[in-house]
Amino acid sequence: MGASLEALLQHPGIWRGDRLAQTEADTLPSGFPELDEQLPGGGWPRGALTEILLAREGIGELRLLLPALARASQGIGWLAWVAPPHLPYAPALGAAGVRLEHLLVAQPKSAGDAWWTAEQALRSGACSAVLAWLQSPDERRMRRLQLGAETGRAFSVLFRSAAAAGERSPAALRLQLEPTPQGLAVHILKRRGGRLERPVPIDLSRPAAAQPATARLTWPAQLSLVSQKAIEAA
Amino acid sequence: MLWIALHFPVLSLELFSRGAAAPAPLAVFEKQGNRSLIVACNASAADCSVQVGMALSAAQALADGLIVRARDAAAESESLSGIAAWAGRFTPSVSIQPPHGLLLEVASCLRLHRGLARLLHQVRAGLDEMGYSFTMACAPTAHGAWLLALSGARTVSGREVAIRELAELEKILDQLPVGLLAQPPDVLSGLEMVGAHTVGDCLRLPRAGMARRFGQALLDELDRARGALPEAREFFVPPAEFARSLELPATVHEAGALQFAACRLLPELEGYLSLRQAGVQECDLVCSHEAVRAGAVAPTVVKLGFAKPTRDLARMQLLLRETLARTHLSAPVYAIALHARRILPLDGANGDIFQEGGEAEDGSLLLERLRIRLGKEAVFGITPHADHRPERAWRRCEAGAAGSPLRDLPRPLWLLARPVPCREGRLVLKSGPERIESGWWDGRDAVRDYYVAQDGQGARLWVYCDRINGEWFIHGLFA
Repeated sequence: MGASLEALLQHPGIWRGDRLAQTEADTLPSGFPELDEQLPGGGWPRGALTEILLAREGIGELRLLLPALARASQGIGWLAWVAPPHLPYAPALGAAGVRLEHLLVAQPKSAGDAWWTAEQALRSGACSAVLAWLQSPDERRMRRLQLGAETGRAFSVLFRSAAAAGERSPAALRLQLEPTPQGLAVHILKRRGGRLERPVPIDLSRPAAAQPATARLTWPAQLSLVSQKAIEAA
Repeated sequence: MLWIALHFPVLSLELFSRGAAAPAPLAVFEKQGNRSLIVACNASAADCSVQVGMALSAAQALADGLIVRARDAAAESESLSGIAAWAGRFTPSVSIQPPHGLLLEVASCLRLHRGLARLLHQVRAGLDEMGYSFTMACAPTAHGAWLLALSGARTVSGREVAIRELAELEKILDQLPVGLLAQPPDVLSGLEMVGAHTVGDCLRLPRAGMARRFGQALLDELDRARGALPEAREFFVPPAEFARSLELPATVHEAGALQFAACRLLPELEGYLSLRQAGVQECDLVCSHEAVRAGAVAPTVVKLGFAKPTRDLARMQLLLRETLARTHLSAPVYAIALHARRILPLDGANGDIFQEGGEAEDGSLLLERLRIRLGKEAVFGITPHADHRPERAWRRCEAGAAGSPLRDLPRPLWLLARPVPCREGRLVLKSGPERIESGWWDGRDAVRDYYVAQDGQGARLWVYCDRINGEWFIHGLFA
């Protein structure tokens, strides 16, 4: 009886209040083990919106994402940058292991076009990651973005000002970044599985984290079943 | 051999009517001697008692608001080659049967289309999409199929006749009236006079006598239809360029309304491209304005650009819709024309067991959509460039065309569009200097010492000291 209850509780649709949400593990490792530990599923969520709030540009917000971006760029989708505040610098990104041929920068002229672009990129399913810097958010626009992220299953990040920390948001994960002498203190404002009171310290100076992941081959479901059987047989 | 024959009985009319969804009363007339006679009219004209063979003035008196157009034989044959090009998607062996017919040899490509029934269905659906009405038949001989299509014969269940066996074809041909044969009128009336009303009747007459009386041509035609005599047909060769036009039955004021008419032309382009084994990268939709007839307004050209060569109909339609939605027409449009500008070779798409190809396709689709709305210059990729000056060590490029990085030096992730003078705040220099001195030859001389610095709020900056005037600038952010 106890065993069958345990088995039932393992179901991904059931979440117990004292644990992090057991997502179907469609996540992208962040490259920082101390952060992965605190994120549901052990990494950045794919197919859900992540919001990153910061008081000032240049504190390391991109370096925090860089290992994940390098890994995502090994796949086939675009790495879309929607309305970035400055120019993403090709030599630095390339040196960090990001495959530049997957980079897609869109500079819409108006805020409305920027929201549209972000939504299209998220929804299309053609992007492995979408980074967006958007002005004048409202409930409806945020909701559409979150739905788009669910449709396209991309690693979706929206950068916002720290002033928005008190606002409601449909994003599945909300982080606020604060600079520290070693790197960053990451405050997890919202995650599936409850808020985390103490910040997660991240050491950005450690170069090991920026190693690009090797290309991973994914198999269709049927094939992996066959190969698993073949391995068992062997 | 297996032939599909297509007969377009009202091509002269549909030339003008297929550009609009709702049919207005329309009739086509032809000048015969000094009289203008109606040669075709659509259903809503027929409802007003307009009939084929009627004088033009009588028809105009009967139907209020009747649109009349002079018959345009050149445009008809152009339409026919357009349909022939479209049919190139099914088989490379397409033959034109002037003036209103088409023959497709399909025995060799039945497997590709997974059977005759499926192929016939595709042909039907495609012609409906382009707005042509037609009769269709399928038989082992070209002329046999053509006669069946001309007769408009249908099976009991209302389907078109599709015969695979020669013996069966002979049986059906025997019942066809002699009037369908491509013989001079005196031969046909002569046959009627001797009591030969059907093809079967003709065949029962002694051959030698028939040849003497009606000519060898009649016997040859009957033999070709029955497969007793081989038939040499000339196959359609697609023209080097694709340009098709369509006259609208009524003028159009809004760009969105052109979508319907333009979608009539796209299947022809798709078929043409598959016949050429090519894809199109750029095409123009030329919208001619009413005033152009007087030479006042230049035609509006709507440009369709694809990220890579394509012949996918769904993608062309999608892009066309989005482009037209953002197009403003300066004057009413009375005709449109589709020109394929850049036709490039494109291999057929292979199925991919890992389904990766499909997703890559979506990638360029996203790119095209963004470009249409944001403009071509607002969507780009970035690539490193061999130059020591940081502001020149990168270039904008076509998305997806970036090269690989050249050197591994400490560089910031954000580069400011132009260096900002560093005036306020205390910066702590963390590392440096990295001396960059380059560009004296092109007038954009950079003589700088770069440092990594940290400001009071924890941001890491890339700053430099201009060694010519000693001023400090911020050039990037280690975001």
